[in-house]
Amino acid sequence: MSTHDNTPAVVDQTTHDRFPNPGMPPHRPRRADVDERASRRAALQVVIFFTLSALGSIAFLVAYYVIDPELKGTIIGIGEINLFHAALGVTMAMSLLGIGLGAVHWAKTLMPDEEVAEDRHPPAASDEDKAAVAQQLSHGWRSSQLNRRTAILGSAGGALGLFALPLIVPVAAGLGPRPRGELYRTHWQDGLRLMIDPSGAPIRAADVTQGSVFHVMPEGWVGHQAFEEHGAEEAMISKSKDQVILVRLDPSIIKSQKQRDWGVDGIVAYSKVCTHVGCPVALYEQNTHHLLCPCHQSTFDMTDDCKVIFGPAKRPLPQLPITVDDEGYLVAADDFREPVGPSFFERERPGLLMGDDA
Amino acid sequence: MTSLAALRRSPIALLVVLLLGLTFTGTAYAALQPTAPTTDVAAAATQAEDVEEGRKLFLANCATCHGTNAEGVDEVGPSLHGVGAASVHFQVATGRMPLPAPDVQASRNEDQVKFSEREIEQMAAYVASLAPGPERPDAQYLDLEGADIAAGGAAYRTNCAMCHNSSGSGGALTRGKFAPTLMGVDEEHIYEAMLTGPQAMPVFNDQNLTPQEKENIIAFLKFIEEGGNAHGGAGIGNVGPAGDALFIWTIGIGTMIALAVWIGRKAA
Repeated sequence: MSTHDNTPAVVDQTTHDRFPNPGMPPHRPRRADVDERASRRAALQVVIFFTLSALGSIAFLVAYYVIDPELKGTIIGIGEINLFHAALGVTMAMSLLGIGLGAVHWAKTLMPDEEVAEDRHPPAASDEDKAAVAQQLSHGWRSSQLNRRTAILGSAGGALGLFALPLIVPVAAGLGPRPRGELYRTHWQDGLRLMIDPSGAPIRAADVTQGSVFHVMPEGWVGHQAFEEHGAEEAMISKSKDQVILVRLDPSIIKSQKQRDWGVDGIVAYSKVCTHVGCPVALYEQNTHHLLCPCHQSTFDMTDDCKVIFGPAKRPLPQLPITVDDEGYLVAADDFREPVGPSFFERERPGLLMGDDA
Repeated sequence: MTSLAALRRSPIALLVVLLLGLTFTGTAYAALQPTAPTTDVAAAATQAEDVEEGRKLFLANCATCHGTNAEGVDEVGPSLHGVGAASVHFQVATGRMPLPAPDVQASRNEDQVKFSEREIEQMAAYVASLAPGPERPDAQYLDLEGADIAAGGAAYRTNCAMCHNSSGSGGALTRGKFAPTLMGVDEEHIYEAMLTGPQAMPVFNDQNLTPQEKENIIAFLKFIEEGGNAHGGAGIGNVGPAGDALFIWTIGIGTMIALAVWIGRKAA
């Protein structure tokens, strides 16, 4: 019965005594406890499980060296599979399950199962013990002389504190170079042609019919050629932020004047990078003009400047301003006028990242 | 040899050669010249008949929703002016049309194609006669000979995989719509779908994906269809993580719970 101050004020002390201690359930001896033959049978079963496990391990090794890794076969209910992997899986399962089942069976049938209750000790130590410990600590503190030689204490603390830095700094620094302008710019610029991905053909405005959709990359960054010219890393970076989706809408159903102005006769180009976490938003439904992201079902309305109408994305997709060059091909009129892709901390404050470049 | 050489110099030889030449020219002229106009006339006649037959089939089976002149009925069926023969063939030969009941989208149902190939051609001819539209694909782009499967795969992943899944097994769209599986679909139907953009699917005209690129994509799809489950294991529908999760959360966790209960029970 606690007498601490923080116990609830009203406690019906008598209720605790109404329930008698139920004690242990009566011990029921198992068959193996009373029948010698049953106990021998159980022991045999345990041995069989452990032996199966050993056989599984050996079979695994044999399968590993004997079966052709490319061997295919058909198993009913699963279909065509690689028999090498199937054999390794089955034998390893035998090896592990045998140990597990043997141990559980052994514990359940043969090991003692009498239930025993061990009463709790009072949590506090005796007063003599407490005094002895306090005296020992105080003695150690004084004999170490740290109370007098504070320089040792300070330098040891400094050494231990700094010791953590070599562990922490490489992890933080290993996150990569600090991004600068590349988060705000793409490879799109005034006069750069829109190219069909992956064929690399330029696009005439007249070829973009209503209902069709073009997946577009900037001139010089399309397909294999981009990999050869710029290397795989640059080409992949380009793919991840320059990708654009191009459609033609009936200008009368476009709700935003800015969207109409940045397009050509209802042909509009939008960044394909989702503003949620950057998946390519490319599921265009030509009858509803909805653009759906396959990752988290963010849905953008292409007739309303790609505003979000469903899902976790927060911002509309950025629009790429386009125009037509002298030969009738679609070209970019500018880079995107806002950063493409998901949000980042410095998105609205480029100065924090760009420094003097901003 | 000597007798032949002697005959060549005979005065009759000239006559024989002249006669042969005249006979050949006359026969060839007779064989080639008059046939052309008659087949044209016959073709024009059958085409006119096809359009007429197609119009009758259209009035009997399609006009309820698409209007008696295929001009469309508001909120029920779209106008078919300009959809072309390819669209009619795709919709009817895959069993999508006639639509059994209004739904978010028409599903492929090749067991219930209501018309013979001939009747579908007649309906297509009628609809194509109303306004110009995409025609059925040329057979040379459906035989998949010389198609570049790797290029087809690249074009497929850029243009198709986001909706139809990288394994071609289809996927979900918004509000109950879905992109159907492409496995087991006829080459011509895949081509016509790209060309005409049925329902929610966008159009991929010949400037966007050239006929050769379309053939490459079809060849890629047929390649992965025949390749089967090359990596082994149960495919569970090949629809990505959803099937795997369903398996783990039901069978996997169920087995774990059963084992835990067994371990916790006392042996009687």
